[in-house]
Amino acid sequence: MSTIEKPAYKVIGTRPVRHDGADKVTGVAKYGADVSLTGLIQAAMLRSPHAHALIKSIDTSAAETLPGVRAVVTSADMPEQGDRFVDLGEGGTIMSHLSSNVLAREKVLYKGHAVAAVAADSIHIAREAVQLIKVQYEPLPPVLDVREAMRDEAPVLNDDVRTQMLGAADPDEAEDQPTNVAKKFLFEKGDVEQGFAEAHVVVEREFTTATVHQGYIEPHNATAQWHADGKVTIWTSTQGAFTVRQQTAELLMIPASDVKVIPMEIGGGFGGKIAVYLQPVATLLSRKSGRPVKLIMDRAAVFEATGPTPGTYIRAKIGVTKDGKITAGEAYLAYEAGAYPGSPVSCGCMCIFGCYDIPHARVEGYDVCVNKPRTSAYRAPGSTNAAFAAETIVDEICCQLNIDAAEFRLKNAAQEGTRRVDGPVYSRIGMVETVAAIQASDHYQSPLEGSHRGRGIASGFWFNVGLKSAVTAMVNADGTVSLVEGSTDIGGTRTSLAMQLAETLGINAEQVKPTVADTDGIGWNDVTGGSRVTFATGIAVVEAAKDIQRQLLQRAATLWNCDRESVRYEDGKIAGPDQNVITFAEMAGKMLQTGGAIVGQGVCSDVAQSGAFGTHCVDVEVDPETGKVQILRYTIAQDAGTAIHPSYVEGQMQGGVVQGIGWALNEEYWYDDQGEMRNSTFLDYRIPTCYDVPMIETIIVEVPDPNHPYGVRGVGEVPICPPPAAIANAIYQAIGVRMQHLPMSPPHVMAEILRLSSAGNGRA
Amino acid sequence: MILRDFDYVAPTGLEEAVEFLAKHNGRARPLSGGTDLIDHVQTGRLEPDLIIDVKKIAELNVLEIGDSGLRLGAAVPCYEIYNHQEISTRYAALADSCRIIGGIQIQSRASVGGNICNSGPAADTTPSVIALGGVCVISGPNGTREVPSEEFCTGPGRNVLQPSELLVEFRFPPRPANSGSHYRRFIPRNEMDIAVVGVGAAVELAEDGERILSARLALGAVAPTPLRVPAAEEALAGQPTNDETLANAAKAAQQAISPITDMRGTAEYRIHLTEVLTRRVLQAAIARARGDSTDYKPGH
Amino acid sequence: MAKKRIVTTKINGEEVSFLCEPRQTLLEVLRDTLDMTGTKEGCSNGNCGACTVIMNGRPIDSCLVLGVEAEGANLRTIEGVAHGAQMDEVQQAFLEGAALQCGICTPGFIVQAEALLEENPDPSEEEIRFYLAGNLCRCTGYDKIVRAVQAAAAARQTAEA
Repeated sequence: MSTIEKPAYKVIGTRPVRHDGADKVTGVAKYGADVSLTGLIQAAMLRSPHAHALIKSIDTSAAETLPGVRAVVTSADMPEQGDRFVDLGEGGTIMSHLSSNVLAREKVLYKGHAVAAVAADSIHIAREAVQLIKVQYEPLPPVLDVREAMRDEAPVLNDDVRTQMLGAADPDEAEDQPTNVAKKFLFEKGDVEQGFAEAHVVVEREFTTATVHQGYIEPHNATAQWHADGKVTIWTSTQGAFTVRQQTAELLMIPASDVKVIPMEIGGGFGGKIAVYLQPVATLLSRKSGRPVKLIMDRAAVFEATGPTPGTYIRAKIGVTKDGKITAGEAYLAYEAGAYPGSPVSCGCMCIFGCYDIPHARVEGYDVCVNKPRTSAYRAPGSTNAAFAAETIVDEICCQLNIDAAEFRLKNAAQEGTRRVDGPVYSRIGMVETVAAIQASDHYQSPLEGSHRGRGIASGFWFNVGLKSAVTAMVNADGTVSLVEGSTDIGGTRTSLAMQLAETLGINAEQVKPTVADTDGIGWNDVTGGSRVTFATGIAVVEAAKDIQRQLLQRAATLWNCDRESVRYEDGKIAGPDQNVITFAEMAGKMLQTGGAIVGQGVCSDVAQSGAFGTHCVDVEVDPETGKVQILRYTIAQDAGTAIHPSYVEGQMQGGVVQGIGWALNEEYWYDDQGEMRNSTFLDYRIPTCYDVPMIETIIVEVPDPNHPYGVRGVGEVPICPPPAAIANAIYQAIGVRMQHLPMSPPHVMAEILRLSSAGNGRA
Repeated sequence: MILRDFDYVAPTGLEEAVEFLAKHNGRARPLSGGTDLIDHVQTGRLEPDLIIDVKKIAELNVLEIGDSGLRLGAAVPCYEIYNHQEISTRYAALADSCRIIGGIQIQSRASVGGNICNSGPAADTTPSVIALGGVCVISGPNGTREVPSEEFCTGPGRNVLQPSELLVEFRFPPRPANSGSHYRRFIPRNEMDIAVVGVGAAVELAEDGERILSARLALGAVAPTPLRVPAAEEALAGQPTNDETLANAAKAAQQAISPITDMRGTAEYRIHLTEVLTRRVLQAAIARARGDSTDYKPGH
Repeated sequence: MAKKRIVTTKINGEEVSFLCEPRQTLLEVLRDTLDMTGTKEGCSNGNCGACTVIMNGRPIDSCLVLGVEAEGANLRTIEGVAHGAQMDEVQQAFLEGAALQCGICTPGFIVQAEALLEENPDPSEEEIRFYLAGNLCRCTGYDKIVRAVQAAAAARQTAEA
């Protein structure tokens, strides 16, 4: 539903079949693991069995002499990084940490931490050789709980880490000694003491959430070929070919221009396929062996040794007047960084009250190292955990004050001009509109009948990013356009970009042929992430289309021998004086006779998005004897700005919701008391199956983002923010139990039911 | 990707298979569906020198149902069992089990024989086999022997088979009139999980449907092996089909178990669930014995 | 090392012979020996369904079947679903219904859906979800996949009517 008078688009808003679809439904499309090359050999990794240990020695001699083994590498083959700090695209990175994560140096910091790699004539020989590598470990006590890791007595993972004080945090508070607390953030707005003094109702709660993985079905992969002239080609599934190139180059200290990254089709990323794990290792193995090397992660390694999203501890407090107006908010967030610093706790801090206009707020956040794999982004990183805390407290307040949950949100919603606790002021956003959409929805308006059933709603926020994109568009003589872009396509963006080009030129989506290029085939593109591609690469696409228009107009002016100012482009045609009209296709047909190829280019650089909001409504049924929660009905309302291809917008919404359902109900990293993850399979890391969820109803709200020519807002991430809170709120309505831990798996819910009934105030 | 280098044979005769087993004396493993075995070899839990594919042996594929009962070959895959109208009606618990193991793809291959020989404490079909009175027919170099199914498993991953023996078939007694059976497990999702607790029950009712003549009850995932619970069966025999009877049986079941805490559940939770599930499964078995329908929805 | 075997089997209607070690799974053989990379590897232990192929009329996880077990069998993979260049109703429905995002699970789902509709040409939503429970998708939330199977079932019934 659109909030403004929407232009009558010809292509935008339609649902063409995606351009890469035929290959994907016939098994023809090539993903990273599908690469085959002459002379290709296979590689396998040796990984740490310990959660925390010193590496005393590594003896690879037996592996190296096994027949069929072509190369063995360890961190000794990687250059020393010293204290290099490089901006790799989504902020600065301590290179020694990234390097040690790829191949451990003095220590292993989590079970599964890569220690060595072998390339051999067959995968079987490679794995046999891996077993022959002898590593002497000195195990150290691990620390896995975020609060435990913050204590002075905790085992320290990295001797070089000192607490950085960021935001308004006091720099003098920092101590110059090794610690697991890598960062402290502080954001303040107004005066919280005053704010809470003005409140009539104050609710403060503590929350814990378990470590969770993105769960993409395709394991990480990399194939590298070191050429005889010292250049390397890498085929890989990645969210960013350019960041892979840069990371690999920086880690191996070779010129980035010597590295060519060819992005294959990618089988899911959600933020987890941005950091490199395999690409530098495959490169080293290829250099050493003189053969192209393919390295694929097995499923256990994907769970144990890539980048899950943090487990967290959050304490939050909200104060409201008796009329339900929020006066103050305060929060303490401690997020696991995993083995090396870099959790998204700052994002959690910025998002926790992001849906609301709060006059006084104070948010403190801690980035804490623990003996778990180094965390990575997972769809709106940090925001889901924060929303779980804030939105369940809001729900509790609504219950206490007997105010309708939607009304409360409308009353307090962030709007244009609201200042967030970390400083930025919102421009035109759609928080209010998504709440109103849920309120008006068939779901919200329908009564929910039956015992142990309940309904909950929750809202969520994510910034979305702009960053940088570049595209090239070549006009073909038959009136089609070849669009070359560099944003790897995870969810149909090839088509949403083609549609924007088509709309601008006044042609059909089918007349555009989009391709994702490698790093030598297109200008710099930042990652496919941050909900940015349809927005930022879209802006570049529109620019490229306009560039084509300008060239066509110039050609027409020449053709008609008139002033450039007297020709104009409208509706897929060029019109000039004396009733001269020529269609895009006709002009394209004359291209080679009127000056040669017409190539348009577009670059987008750091255009900010104004932010994405969503509000969700869910009905659940709880089995009071087992604690098991069934999702009965789910509706998501989300502001998409302008939905270019509604089917793929819906798809992002539905996919994020189901990931959120899994996060809410069953997903968690399960560790034994040695600090080793035991459930690193899809059997025991339980993502929702088809049989676990109902249809997901979608309401696309359209509050155009003023920063995009068609009003696009990124949609990929915010759908994962509200589900755990919405479900927790629904569980409360169903059985009177307030859940404060994720996942809300049956044993946890059951324990709360029993606790409450033995305390005599349950509604079980 | 399997690291272990093994050889493979696919004999068509039972004697030939037994000879292979005897010759390799514990270093050969029989393969029917492979859905457990291949995973075990991949992860290194098992390291056979030889894999003996038993799917071509006629005796292991027998599927006969009649007045003298049911003969079920050890290698018969799950889908054949629940697609069999008569088995699904008369030996319903077995069909219940087969229908929920691991998803359709697994059910295309996995067999009841393989399930019991894998001897996992949480096996889904074994409680049903026990509840239905299944007897394991084992072939070895010295001939054939029979072992009641409740005695087959001896510990996690262990059973009574000697290195040169092969499970050939299950024999189930005929189902009496006014009898019904059911298997249900508790899992966190709705499919694809290993049972946190599993319960198989078979009851025989008096003709008026108001009294239990006899019952057999077996539990999974709450002890080192699938567990028959005679104490619960005694609490049911001769009793009226009311809530009190079921509650007594459920409590007896709770007292008989020794669950562990692992990544699939805590001991406390399993004890709690045993009581809940035993009641529910008995209710459904009784309903079926009466010819009534149940509200059972797999996984929910 | 155990000697490689010659295995003769039928894949998508054509007789195929290949050489494999006993320890190589059918998935490995399809992808690495026969270069049929349409069938995907997600987990290698039968929990995700990305490797689904149809063997003797039944959908199976090819990661849990040995290559040597394919001797004399009749296999159907994603590469054999379309009739030449003509996509079938299931494939069309996935495209028109936008039932894929990254697409890695799509071959597995399509093959599984083919098996479902062979067995049950008019499945309810519940039956579809139960049958597809062994195929994991992380991108779509399953909604459009289920709708695509429903649409394919309807299209096939219309075509046959």
